[in-house]
Amino acid sequence: MAVRLDKPWQPLTADSIALVAGHLGVYQLADDTEEIIYIGVADARSLFGLKGELQKALDDPPDGATKFRVEVNMAYRTRHFELLQVYWNDHDALPRANTDVDTRSLGRLRPG
Amino acid sequence: MDLALTDEQRIIVDMVRRFVREEIWPLEEDLDPDADEVSPETLAKLSEKIKEMGLYGLDTPPEYGGPEIDLMTRSLIAIECSQHRAGLYAPCYYAFGGARQAQLFEATEEQKEKYLYPMLEGKRRTFFALSEPSGGSDPARAIQTRAVRDGDDWVLNGSKLWISGADRADYGLLFARTGGPGRTGVTAFIVETQWEGFNVRRVVHTLRSAKYATEIQLDNLRVPNDNVLGEEGGGFAIANDRLSRQRVPYAAECIGVAIRAHEMALEYSKIRETFGAPLFERQGIQWMLVENEIDLRTARWMVFDAAAKADRGEPFRTESAIAKLVASEASGRVVDRSMQIHGGLGVAKDLPLERWYRELRIRRVGEGPSEVQKHVIARDIIGAGLR
Repeated sequence: MAVRLDKPWQPLTADSIALVAGHLGVYQLADDTEEIIYIGVADARSLFGLKGELQKALDDPPDGATKFRVEVNMAYRTRHFELLQVYWNDHDALPRANTDVDTRSLGRLRPG
Repeated sequence: MDLALTDEQRIIVDMVRRFVREEIWPLEEDLDPDADEVSPETLAKLSEKIKEMGLYGLDTPPEYGGPEIDLMTRSLIAIECSQHRAGLYAPCYYAFGGARQAQLFEATEEQKEKYLYPMLEGKRRTFFALSEPSGGSDPARAIQTRAVRDGDDWVLNGSKLWISGADRADYGLLFARTGGPGRTGVTAFIVETQWEGFNVRRVVHTLRSAKYATEIQLDNLRVPNDNVLGEEGGGFAIANDRLSRQRVPYAAECIGVAIRAHEMALEYSKIRETFGAPLFERQGIQWMLVENEIDLRTARWMVFDAAAKADRGEPFRTESAIAKLVASEASGRVVDRSMQIHGGLGVAKDLPLERWYRELRIRRVGEGPSEVQKHVIARDIIGAGLR
């Protein structure tokens, strides 16, 4: 499994989300230029898993999000940390819409 | 042989039990089922309460500010501390503090100032890097990470695997080969994580999210000779130090989780009905509950035996290995049966059972797999002959 999420982007639309199941996992939102603007997690408190989280994003797109990609992963918590930490390593900051993350809980990754 | 708790132990057990039920259980209602930490502010409040109890700094020797408790009492605390959802790998969300890299007690005074005291005060996080892709059970042979002397420094190259917390640590202990093959060729280094050449490459995703593992790559990492812990070639002894001792509360933690699972199964069996009768009236369920009870009592005795011998100052390596082996395996069986008694609810994240099931599976591997414990026990009992 690659450290960075490298799946193709899909449009953040009702039709695309309809094909996403309610699994637990992680997801990324991007703008039209495919710049990642949010890294999210569908954890065990989410009512409808990835589908539910993406529906929320569609209803209220954070900061111009128009695309998404997901990774179904039961180790959703550590994978979420990993993606945030890798992004921080690559960009020296978190995605602009990730104001929900307490950076004190993040470590450092240098995946190379 | 008096196996009753002393009055002091009874008081401590009651205090910790109440703390877990009144402070920790309510917290977990709002946390993700796989959470392993609380906010720093919440942790500070919890730790303050532990300090008021006089129990902060478990495993820290009294001369360094830890509580004056023996290994038996420490094990009793471990049994109580782990009785919540995150309890196996994040007992009370680390509110009790702890010695973490206890090997730093053997450091020089300069090293203690820089690395030990900040760790004990909770200001710095640490890691312990022994295992490598080539192996972890037999580090004397498996360690391939190389340290080569270059002037006043050592230059380290290699990789480490299954290292908990390295991504968030400030520094830690890292073991590298400075000499030939075998035990005497390994040296312990204190390594700071922001140094050039120290790279945490990835998180290793496993059955647990608490204390998750990472993979480290060392690329010409320069470590000052002043950061050698102990003697050159003395790393294996440092790594082995305290292993027998820390296995005992490690085993006790497994029992705590299993006790809670068994209690849940008992309660559930009384309220859940199938085919017109509560579960506990079924012989199949009764036998599972009986087997739980026997497993728990057996495991407890093994842990208490090891702790008692240690507290008497007697050799206890065999007892520690037996305690770890029995407690980890028995606790896994108890949680498995408890899940079964709960039916579908047992495998849902609504209850903590599925998390305990996953995490206990790891306990059969960590701190020396069951097979290595048997190897230790066999070597000791065969060497000892008949008694």
